[in-house]
Amino acid sequence: MSDQDPSLRRNAPKLALHVPEPSFRPGDSPDFSSLNIPAAGAAPRPDTGVTAAETHPLTTHLVRVLGDDHKAVGPWDPKLDPDTLRKMLKDMVTVRIFDDRMYRSQRQGKTSFYMKCTGEEAIAVAAQTALDRDDMHFPTYRQQGLLVARGYPLVDMMNQIYSNKGDKLKGRQLPIMYSDKAYGFFSISGNLGTQFPQAVGWAMASAIKGDSRIAMGWIGDGATAEGDFHSALTFAAVYNVPVVLAVVNNQWAISSFSGIAGAERATFAQRAVGYGIAGLRVDGNDALAIYAAIRWASERARSNNGPTLVEFFTYRAEGHSTSDDPSGYRPTNEAKLWPLGDPIERLKAHLVAIGEWDDERHAALTTAADAEVRAAQKESEKLGILPQQGKDDIGSMFEDVYAGVPWHLAEQRDEALREGGG
Amino acid sequence: MATMNMIQALNDAHKIAMRADPDVVVFGEDAGYFGGVFRVTEGLQKEFGKTRSFDAPISEGGIVAAAVGMAAYGLKPLIEIQFADYIYPGYDQIVSEVAKMRYRTGGEWTMPMVIRSPYGGGIFGGQTHSQSPESLFTHIAGLKIVIPSNPRDAKGLLLAAVEDPDPVIFFEPKRIYNGPFDGHHERPVTPWSKHPLSDVPEGHYTVPLGKAAIVREGADLTVLAYGTMVHVALAAVEERGLDAEVIDLRTLVPLDIEAIEKSVEKTGRCLIAQEAPRTSGFAAELSALVQERCFYHLEAPVERVTGWDTPYPHAYEWAYFPGPKRLKKALEKVMAD
Repeated sequence: MSDQDPSLRRNAPKLALHVPEPSFRPGDSPDFSSLNIPAAGAAPRPDTGVTAAETHPLTTHLVRVLGDDHKAVGPWDPKLDPDTLRKMLKDMVTVRIFDDRMYRSQRQGKTSFYMKCTGEEAIAVAAQTALDRDDMHFPTYRQQGLLVARGYPLVDMMNQIYSNKGDKLKGRQLPIMYSDKAYGFFSISGNLGTQFPQAVGWAMASAIKGDSRIAMGWIGDGATAEGDFHSALTFAAVYNVPVVLAVVNNQWAISSFSGIAGAERATFAQRAVGYGIAGLRVDGNDALAIYAAIRWASERARSNNGPTLVEFFTYRAEGHSTSDDPSGYRPTNEAKLWPLGDPIERLKAHLVAIGEWDDERHAALTTAADAEVRAAQKESEKLGILPQQGKDDIGSMFEDVYAGVPWHLAEQRDEALREGGG
Repeated sequence: MATMNMIQALNDAHKIAMRADPDVVVFGEDAGYFGGVFRVTEGLQKEFGKTRSFDAPISEGGIVAAAVGMAAYGLKPLIEIQFADYIYPGYDQIVSEVAKMRYRTGGEWTMPMVIRSPYGGGIFGGQTHSQSPESLFTHIAGLKIVIPSNPRDAKGLLLAAVEDPDPVIFFEPKRIYNGPFDGHHERPVTPWSKHPLSDVPEGHYTVPLGKAAIVREGADLTVLAYGTMVHVALAAVEERGLDAEVIDLRTLVPLDIEAIEKSVEKTGRCLIAQEAPRTSGFAAELSALVQERCFYHLEAPVERVTGWDTPYPHAYEWAYFPGPKRLKKALEKVMAD
C-alpha cells in the first residue's frame, strides 16, 4: 500500500492503469470483421529512392498483391515468372512438412524442443527469394524458411535438432538454433532481439568496407519491446545503414498478444516514422507482397538510400513452441478464421488462377516434399537422436569457449572426463 | 623509448593497431571527433577517417551489438564504453552474444573484439563513475579480462588484446590514467613521468595476456593486486617495511596461476587487494584458488582487502576506498601468526 494519507489526495480523478486485453479469449467466437484490410493492389508503390517520409503512409496501409480472385494486382506485383513461384511454393510446402515431422519427433521423445512457423512460411521463403545469395540474415527462431529456400540440406537442420553426431554445433545449442555462415544465416540466439542491432552492425561493416552486400535483421512483434530493437533503429537511422529490418508481427509472443508490445497504439511499421527511416506494412501471408517489399527495401539499401523497417502482418497459427499450449489463452479456431488466409493455399491458388498449377501437380509436389523430408530424417536419425547424445566425447564440451584451452578449462575437462558423464 | 602516461600509451596502441590492420575500427560515445572524454582515442578520426573512428549514440547495448555484427562480418572492433558503470545496458550482448558466439557456433563465428572501459574510483565520480565490475565479467565463460596498471603494460596489453582471437574486456583504472596513485589521496599527485614504467617502447610490442608481473620480489608474503591497487599495495608494504612479493595480475582471465602458486609456496602467506566490493569479488576467487592449491604451504589464513559492500559513496570516497590504513591492518593480520 502507498504510504500517502488519502485525506491529502488532491481533487483529481483517480488514476487508472490500462492493461491491454486481446479481443478474444478461450470460449469467445473470434470475429475479425472490424479488422481493416485494404484491398490487394490498393497500396501505392513509391520509387525506392524516395525520402523516408514518402513511405510513411504505407506504415498504416497494407501492401497486398494477391487479390480475392487469386490474381496478382497493383503496382507491387513483382511479376515473377512461374518457375520462381513454383519454387517458392515448393519451399513453403517443404517447410510445413518439415515442421510437422520435427514436431512429431519431439513428441516421440527424439528431441527436447521444436518450433513451427505454420502460417508464416511465406515470409522467410519469399524474403530469401528476393535477396541475393551473399546477403546476410540475422534471423529469429521462426525463419527456418530462409535455410530451406537457400537449399540448405534438411539433414543438417535435423542433425542440429537431434544434437547428433552430424550436428556442426556439437550438441551445444537448443534445437532449431541453427547457424551457417556459408548460407548467410547468423547464429540464432535464445535471447530475443539481440540479433536486430547485430544485423545493423554487420551492414555497417559492409558499408565501412565499401562492399555491396546488405544484411537483413529479423525480430518478432513481442521483442520489439526490447531495447535492442530501438538500438537497431537508432544506429540504422544515424549511419544510414544498408539493412532491411523486418518485424514478423504474428500477434502472439507466447501467451501475450501484440497489444502487450504496444500494438494498440500504432503499427509496428510506424516505429519507422519516429526514427525517420522508410517503413512498409505488408500482408505476411501474401508471398508476392513479401517478395515485392523485400525487393524494394533491398534495392533501397543497395543504392545507399538507407534502411527500411518492414512489418509483416501475419498470425501464429500454432503454439509458440512444443512447450506451449495456446488453448489456454486464445480461441482454438482463430487461425482458421484469420482473414489473411493460409500463405500456402494462397500461393497455390494464384498459380492455379494463372494456369500454371493444378491439384494433381500440387499433390505430386506434396508427396515429393514429404519423401524428401522423410529421407532426410532417416539419414539424420542414423547419426543419432537426442536421448543417445551427450555421452561420447565429453571433452569436446570444453572446446571453443576460447580459441585455445586455458589451464582452468583443461583442469575442469580432466575432472569431467574422470567423472565420466552424468 | 618515450615517456608517456596511460592515456598516451593507450592512444599510441590504438594508432599502431589501426595502422597495422585496416579491419580495426574504433567507436564509442564521444570517441570520434573529440577523441573520448579521457582523450584515449584522440586524433584517430583525423588519421583514419570517419568510417574507422566515429561517435556512437548513447546506447551501450547498441555499441556492443554493432560490434558483434561487425566482428561477424570480419572486422575487429575496438570499442569504448565511456565508463564501466555504463556497461550494463550492453551486458546482455556481452554475456549472451560476445562471450558465447564461438562456443554456440562450434567455432564458426568468432568475436575478436576489445571492449575498453575506464573503471574504478578515486576521482570523486560518485556511484555511477567509480565502480569496479570486473567480477561480473570474470564469471562469464568466453571472455578474457585485462587490467593494466602502468603505461608500458597498457600499450602492450592493448595491442595483445587487439590481436587476440577472443573477446577481451579491457578495464582501464581511471585513477591512474595520469599518474600512479599510492592511496594517499591527501598527498599531491605524482605524474607518470617520475615512474620507470612510463618509459614506453616505441612502435609495436605486446605484453602477453595471461601473464602476471612480479612488480616487487620478496619473501615475507605474497600480495595479489591489479589496476590501481598494485600501487597502493606497493606503497603499503614499503611503509610497513615488509619484504613482500607483489604480483600485478594484469590479466584476470586467463589467470597466471603458476606465478601465484610459485610465489605463495615460497612466502606461505597471501593478501589479496581489490577495489571492488567484497562479496563475490574476484578476490574471493583468488582466495579460493590459493586455498585449494597452496593450502599446505600456508602459514596464515588468506586475507582480502576490498571496497565495502555498498555503492560507491561520493563524499565518503576515501572511507570506501581500500587505502593504506586498511591494507596495513590486513598486512599485520596476515603476518601475525
